[in-house]
Amino acid sequence: MSDALKTHAREKPVAEQGTERRLNMIEAINDALDIMLERDPDVIIMGEDVGYFGGVFRCTAGLQEKHGKTRVFDTPISECGIIGVAVGMGAYGLRPVPEIQFADYIYPGLDQLISEAARLRYRSACDYIAPMTVRSPFGGGIFGGQTHSQSPEAIFTHVSGLKTVIPSTPYDAKGLLISCIEDNDPVIFFEPKRIYNGPFSGFYDKPVEPWKKHKDSVVPEGHYTIPLGKARHVTEGEELTVLAYGTMVHVAEAVCREKGVEADILDLRTMVPLDIEAIEASVKKTGRCMIVHEATRTSGFGAELSALVQERCFYHLEAPIERVTGFDTPYPHSLEWAYFPGPVRLGEAIDRLLKD
Amino acid sequence: MVDRPAGSNKPHLELHVPEPKFRPGDQADFSHIDIGEAGAQPRPDEACDAKETLPLCYDLIRVLGEDNKAHGAWDPKLDPETLRQMLQHFATVRAFDERMFRGQRQGKTSFYMKCTGEEATSVSAAMALASDDMVFPSYRQQGVLIARGYPMIEMINQIYSNKADKLKGRQLPIMYSSREHSFFSISGNLATQTPQAVGWAMASAIKNDSRIAATWVGEGSTAEGDFHSACTFATVYNAPVIINVINNQWAISSFSGFAGAERTTFAARALGYGLAGLRVDGNDPLAVYAAERWAANRARANQGPTLIEFFTYRAEGHSTSDDPSGYRSAQEREEWPLGDPINRLKNHLIELGEWDEDRQAAMDKEAAEKVKATTKEAEKNGILGHGLHHPFRTMFQDVYEELPWHLEEQAAQAKREREIKWPGEEPWS
Ligand SMILES: Cc1ncc(C[n+]2csc(CCOP(=O)(O)OP(=O)(O)O)c2C)c(N)n1
Repeated sequence: MSDALKTHAREKPVAEQGTERRLNMIEAINDALDIMLERDPDVIIMGEDVGYFGGVFRCTAGLQEKHGKTRVFDTPISECGIIGVAVGMGAYGLRPVPEIQFADYIYPGLDQLISEAARLRYRSACDYIAPMTVRSPFGGGIFGGQTHSQSPEAIFTHVSGLKTVIPSTPYDAKGLLISCIEDNDPVIFFEPKRIYNGPFSGFYDKPVEPWKKHKDSVVPEGHYTIPLGKARHVTEGEELTVLAYGTMVHVAEAVCREKGVEADILDLRTMVPLDIEAIEASVKKTGRCMIVHEATRTSGFGAELSALVQERCFYHLEAPIERVTGFDTPYPHSLEWAYFPGPVRLGEAIDRLLKD
Repeated sequence: MVDRPAGSNKPHLELHVPEPKFRPGDQADFSHIDIGEAGAQPRPDEACDAKETLPLCYDLIRVLGEDNKAHGAWDPKLDPETLRQMLQHFATVRAFDERMFRGQRQGKTSFYMKCTGEEATSVSAAMALASDDMVFPSYRQQGVLIARGYPMIEMINQIYSNKADKLKGRQLPIMYSSREHSFFSISGNLATQTPQAVGWAMASAIKNDSRIAATWVGEGSTAEGDFHSACTFATVYNAPVIINVINNQWAISSFSGFAGAERTTFAARALGYGLAGLRVDGNDPLAVYAAERWAANRARANQGPTLIEFFTYRAEGHSTSDDPSGYRSAQEREEWPLGDPINRLKNHLIELGEWDEDRQAAMDKEAAEKVKATTKEAEKNGILGHGLHHPFRTMFQDVYEELPWHLEEQAAQAKREREIKWPGEEPWS
């Protein structure tokens, strides 16, 4: 992993002092969890290393000390156990917020998520619900190799009964996470770990901007929510629509800026529920659509987006829809920048879209 | 394959594939099973160190002897009224199983599963728990619902997936759910309920509640990872939970050896986790009650979780889709050395002078009549595939708390299809 993500400090991250409170993603997530632990005695946090140490990415730092060991605690290394136990806790009436240390390790817990958490409300006709928010860092660009870099969101968007949420800014991370915890459905909350500390542009050989220069790192104190199912307009433009989420929002924005393209960039924020109205309105306005994600291409969430745009906006389209994605290979450690959908891949797609 | 030079004197490695002792046509002989003597097993203090249960993980806790009397330290000393109540639940469960099995054969539903021979492992265990202790059953614990007084008509409505089915026709028959009766929704995915029970128990402890949780899992399903996760979490957090393993010797056509029974007992699984473990004659209603009560007291007093193996025998087929004569000896059921739990309890009550064969016959008849009458009542709400089901619109409900746009669109599509297929009819009904 790159040095940017090695956080061995024992202290809880402290927000920048000053008139404006500027947080990075980790601090914003920590703040959301802190507030929800405070507000709702049914919220509990558990996962590998989340207690005393505060999580390998420090997202839960200081929370156990503040809220006690039965509210925030470490678990055995057993993802099946973590999710299964969370289902039972949800049935009791708690709101567990389990952390899966890396999205790559969610697979041992998949059956509990897909067959149990997702369907409990339906199969019991509301006798029982599983109101949990599974937090997990995901995505690549951190030299994490193939087992610390995956983007498995499509697996979850395919499952009826689950919601899938991916923030791309500290402001959104806090507001969306609070919404997820308050939601009565099971939610997968993927944290793009490449942008925990700064909004990555995709130009990996250029210095990384810290969050404090970004407008969306101003995070209000206290409780606020961002509704699930509402996309965010990153930039307004007439030339083309970009549909993106997570790290790729920032990459798309940087590439469009670099190329001088006036793009309508939508940060989807939530895959399920999806803001279809915003997507439709934007594509009908621009007539051109580029879909960007880091996950592998085949059967990725981009395929779903592409189908929706084709179904709903076909007569408004002036060029074929472009899908810019990772390749259908495992995430290669040394060749990670060859895999990553970076400026070249986005740039070529934009050129094709704007050809005539 | 690697070519090796001939003449090597190393032994050829051999794979062991378990094989049950008897196959169809064989004479079953269970004399190799050491069933010990009723009353001979020590009963450690409920607050004992888990290690003290080690001998009980290999022994077999039994109370009812060949003489139909209760023996030893594990005798729960139940009063005759409670014993008659237990017997009544047994009669109801067996009559229910008979009728529902027949109902499936008559095409009234798609599927059914009996628990014949295993009634004590659910009825007697449930009677040893408090009525608001949360249970996470598998699919052969209909006895828990009966013992908890769940309305039988609701069970049948569920089995028929009819318009009165509280689960709206969404679950396979017998996969009941009742929050009111602290009975968790049953999953078709084996063993998933085990970590869920532990999670519920942990939640109860987090909230300083006094209710404990119990879960049931088949011996075959203990091979699933979920079971091992459940044991780990249970022990790590000292969760107030009881993990009941029902060793009925068979997992469909695979005998218990495929879950590891040739090498050790299922109760002994407890040892490696540091759980208390008990191995119990599952066909002895008094022993089942006593063991479950021991574990419940232990959990309730924060002394820790218990894994109980109930050693029993699946007398009937796995389900209505199974024909056990294809894989096991037909004599097994008769030769099973631990008898039938209903007969054993009946004979015990008779021995106590609190019961007789006439009253038993009357009780069986009454149970059969009650089930028959309730079935008729339930049939008024419909049987599977005969049109009396929940309204179609319910198909799209409860996927999420609120209906998202994509499901709304799909529901509109379903409605249009019905209007085309059956013009003039109310499409949602
Ligand atoms: C995860 C999973 N794998 C396979 C099955 C199919 N299956 C249903 S019951 C069963 C046998 C279970 O045996 P056991 O756990 O011993 O319980 P019993 O039926 O004997 O009560 C199998 C393999 C399933 N339902 N779930």
